[in-house]
Amino acid sequence: MIDTNVYLSRWPCRRLPLDETAALADTLRAAGINQAWTGSFDALLHKDIAAVNSRLAAACAKAADLLVPFGAVNLTLPDWLDDVRRCREQHNMRGIRLHPNYHDYTIADPRFTELLDRAAEHQLIVQIAVRMEDDRTQHPLLRVPAVDLAPLSAILKSHPTVQLELLNSGRDMTPAVLRLLAECPNAWLDFAMSEGVGGIGQLSSQFPFERILLGTYAPMFSVESSPLKLEESELGNALRERVIRANAETLARAARP
Amino acid sequence: MIWDLHCHLSGVDGDTPDLRMANLIRFADRMGIERVVIFMGFPWSHDPSPDDLRSQNDQVLQALSHWHDRAFGFAYVNPKHVDASLAEIDRCVRDGPMIGIKLWVAMRCSEPAIDPLIARCAELKGAIFQHTWHKVNGNLPGESTAEDMAVLASRHPTTPLICGHTGGDWELGIRAVRAQHNVSIDLGGSDPNAGMVEMAVRELGPERVIYGSDAGGRSFASQLAKVRSADISDEAKSLILGGNLKRLLLPILHMKGINP
Repeated sequence: MIDTNVYLSRWPCRRLPLDETAALADTLRAAGINQAWTGSFDALLHKDIAAVNSRLAAACAKAADLLVPFGAVNLTLPDWLDDVRRCREQHNMRGIRLHPNYHDYTIADPRFTELLDRAAEHQLIVQIAVRMEDDRTQHPLLRVPAVDLAPLSAILKSHPTVQLELLNSGRDMTPAVLRLLAECPNAWLDFAMSEGVGGIGQLSSQFPFERILLGTYAPMFSVESSPLKLEESELGNALRERVIRANAETLARAARP
Repeated sequence: MIWDLHCHLSGVDGDTPDLRMANLIRFADRMGIERVVIFMGFPWSHDPSPDDLRSQNDQVLQALSHWHDRAFGFAYVNPKHVDASLAEIDRCVRDGPMIGIKLWVAMRCSEPAIDPLIARCAELKGAIFQHTWHKVNGNLPGESTAEDMAVLASRHPTTPLICGHTGGDWELGIRAVRAQHNVSIDLGGSDPNAGMVEMAVRELGPERVIYGSDAGGRSFASQLAKVRSADISDEAKSLILGGNLKRLLLPILHMKGINP
């Protein structure tokens, strides 16, 4: 399986059972995951993003058969373009992971479209973490709203060569936004935060299953949650196989043909 | 053995209670869940009138009617309507197939107005499930927190109570009810955060932790994963996934002649 939503390092508000890389890697492997697209929790609040990405690349290199680093870019920092360049040229990363809400900008910001241009140029997959946790249970001094996705479909239509995956989008995806994104062939979704009984079956009836990807959101979430959702939903083996692996391979090829 | 403490007809496909129940069981079967407890009908009402209570409980009674081998029901009650709620307890629990009560968000459970309902259900040895949540962005006016639950529990120290959702913000909820040994926690209805079950077992002991999903709004899968992935003993997992709920329900099940 290819897991497109994994994090390393420390969640700022509590220790997580698998926040040591070796233990996380062992658990992912035991769950049948043989490739994990991996970002860093440090990217949320640290300002030295270059150091965050260097540590992420080094940590992933120690489990290079499994962990694929996705560096962070904070568009509000000076000279953020150089972080994009380093992700591609210095670390040979396949993608970058954005946290617009933690970095205090919206995707309507012109810097976001500039980032998409640079990502397409560098053949980088772009991930957006729509939210990191339930907004009802956030730390009272760290209340961060979800990323507003309303402008996204129009932006993606004007940037057809960039491939963008939304992580943790479940509860913030209105039917109207989902419908618009379904029409964007360069929009992809994971389902770590998609809920409801038989929920992935429902999602696949509203969004092209060819662009639905496995994401566990480990170690914040229990590693078994997303694979079990696939068992619960009546997808059939062929569709399940697409979701757990083939779709991610297609996305990777689309980003770097 | 997996028994699910916390299921609803809401969020499940189907125009009728029968169809929704059949769909709920279909997905429960896929996850190896042997028994489910359901409460509340549809559409939901935050502050149900006596007529709403009867209507919602009728939907649950209808849903149960073909599934007595797989499902149990709790009667929906509202402490703002004590007489009507007592009548529903008599109708649905004393004289009907239900085996407990569900209290939601009409009135905080720390209010003494709730006491007659707790006392009547306790007389019948029924289970008592109180929704709780601590929302940093603000609770509903009548929505209980786990701290409210602790107040209630201190007034009824010998009555077993279930703290729904573990207070939502489980790191607060577990602490809030820790000293009230008659309170068990329901794991359902929150994100599958790693570490939740470990903290609950560490602070409360495995005997006070009960698996529930909050399906159909939640998936069975994400909620089961909390327990299956937890770094606790197999014995503790067995208690959480079914043993504790069965122990809690056995007195009223035996009174009703049910031997699950």
